[in-house]
Amino acid sequence: MLYAILCYHDEDFVGSWSKDQDEAVMKKLAVVQEKLTSQGRLGPVARLLPTTAAATLRKEDPPLVLDGPYAETKEQLLGFYIVDCKNLDEALDVARDLGAANPGGAYEVRPVGVFRPGGISA
Amino acid sequence: MSDTDTAWIETALTSARPQAVGALLRYFRDLDTAEEAFQNACLRALKTWPQNGPPRDPAAWLIMVGRNVAIDEVRRARKQQPLPEDDQAISDLDDAEGALAERLDGSHYRDDILRLMFICCHPQLPATQQIALALRIVSGLTVRQIARAFLVSDAAMEQRITRAKAKVAEAGTPFEAPGAVERSERLAGVAAMIYLIFNEGYSASGDTAEIRKPLCEEAIRLARLLLRLFQSEPEIMGLTALILLQHARSAARFAADGSLILLDDQDRSLWNGTMIAEGLALIDKAMRHRRSGPYQIQAAIAALHARASTPEETDWTQIDLLYGALELVQPSPVVTLNRAVAVSKVRGPQAALDLIEPLAPKLANYFHFYGVRGAFLMQLGRNDEARIAFDRAIALANTSAEAAHIRMHIDRLIRDSQPKGGGARQGAKAK
Repeated sequence: MLYAILCYHDEDFVGSWSKDQDEAVMKKLAVVQEKLTSQGRLGPVARLLPTTAAATLRKEDPPLVLDGPYAETKEQLLGFYIVDCKNLDEALDVARDLGAANPGGAYEVRPVGVFRPGGISA
Repeated sequence: MSDTDTAWIETALTSARPQAVGALLRYFRDLDTAEEAFQNACLRALKTWPQNGPPRDPAAWLIMVGRNVAIDEVRRARKQQPLPEDDQAISDLDDAEGALAERLDGSHYRDDILRLMFICCHPQLPATQQIALALRIVSGLTVRQIARAFLVSDAAMEQRITRAKAKVAEAGTPFEAPGAVERSERLAGVAAMIYLIFNEGYSASGDTAEIRKPLCEEAIRLARLLLRLFQSEPEIMGLTALILLQHARSAARFAADGSLILLDDQDRSLWNGTMIAEGLALIDKAMRHRRSGPYQIQAAIAALHARASTPEETDWTQIDLLYGALELVQPSPVVTLNRAVAVSKVRGPQAALDLIEPLAPKLANYFHFYGVRGAFLMQLGRNDEARIAFDRAIALANTSAEAAHIRMHIDRLIRDSQPKGGGARQGAKAK
């Protein structure tokens, strides 16, 4: 069974980490990740860029692009994609195509800072 | 409590500071009282958080505790009798925190933080005082930290900040919630102040770059904070993008001996890819608004440099056009000078030289003018004139790194006596 583990934290707080604090956390996380990797159990890992870099596409007709992250509480996170795009407009085009195939709800489009594809061998 | 625990609590206090001090300022209407209240709340936090764990909403906790402690003190002074040692006023903090958090609705704390930032950029304060004040009251850096970044003594910095505070108090703080026009004026002032902080760090020379780097990092943190509060402001996106894209190059900007390495000569593998990604995403977002402005244009220029994996791939035609747009919204001889570098790449050194000659009277004391002029003359094979321009540039250099860089040009002139011998590099500081 595959599980997604989604990371939540206070962005102001994490954004105030010094470089040393940040590296210390990443180092501790790497220990856990390495164990999973050696067991062939770790899929993709991503660290997203700040929410200030996000845009949100409301899947209405026509789709509406808003600045900032997805901020509603009445809908729930149901899935995610990682796509390789030249720029934000291209990413929004992909989101529009997906939205046309499945209207309703929203997509938050956020650039990825760190991405490790990983590999699940089971 | 271990040192690491303390470090984490201090990070939490730092990140909560702008919101907490901003709210306390609105409440007490006096900067010193607000700062003292926050300070007292921090002391309580250091005492209670390690035992009880950090509160769910540190800012709300600090506002509530800061307020209560200050009120207690007023009461105590009035009654002239001590209250019980126990933290009565904050004993039922959990409920209070919840209630307060609810009252901290978005628009309220947006204006609190904006106000706190805005009082630092009072037009009567010279730039250095604005920066020092913002780092002290918004960022919460200690006087010693700020003094170190400015390369002055603690006492001198203390005095600078005290003077700035006195001026702010004299000017009076606008406490009414701002209207739309006023809010956008405040935003513009605060954006300029954040860019000043960034430049204070970015314009450091090689030997001081490391010491001054925290200024750049703090400017980025404040810009992100401002953008989070005002998510649809394209110029704030532009500002954040601009400073991220510039700061992304910091590891490649100086040689081991502290001399400046210009854009064309930088090892691009040292550029910070994550910062570039964030900057590019932000400028993409800003452009969608089709409401151009100086920060966005400068960020767009920085973005074109960032997108080029080698200097040869740089889209100089587009950069020339963008500088043209910048000249329209923010006419300045320095902008034209920067544009000339792009023009030299697109249309050659003679066209670039023609563009900057009229600037000579205005930029007679500007180091970069002579550096750029010398470089164009050198490319045209007018080596004697180039030499004179470079000599003038050295005389005007602000830092030893700038002078060293020009000397490198002169060495090249001497070594490479062939006209149009190539290898001439742009002299303008990459924007």
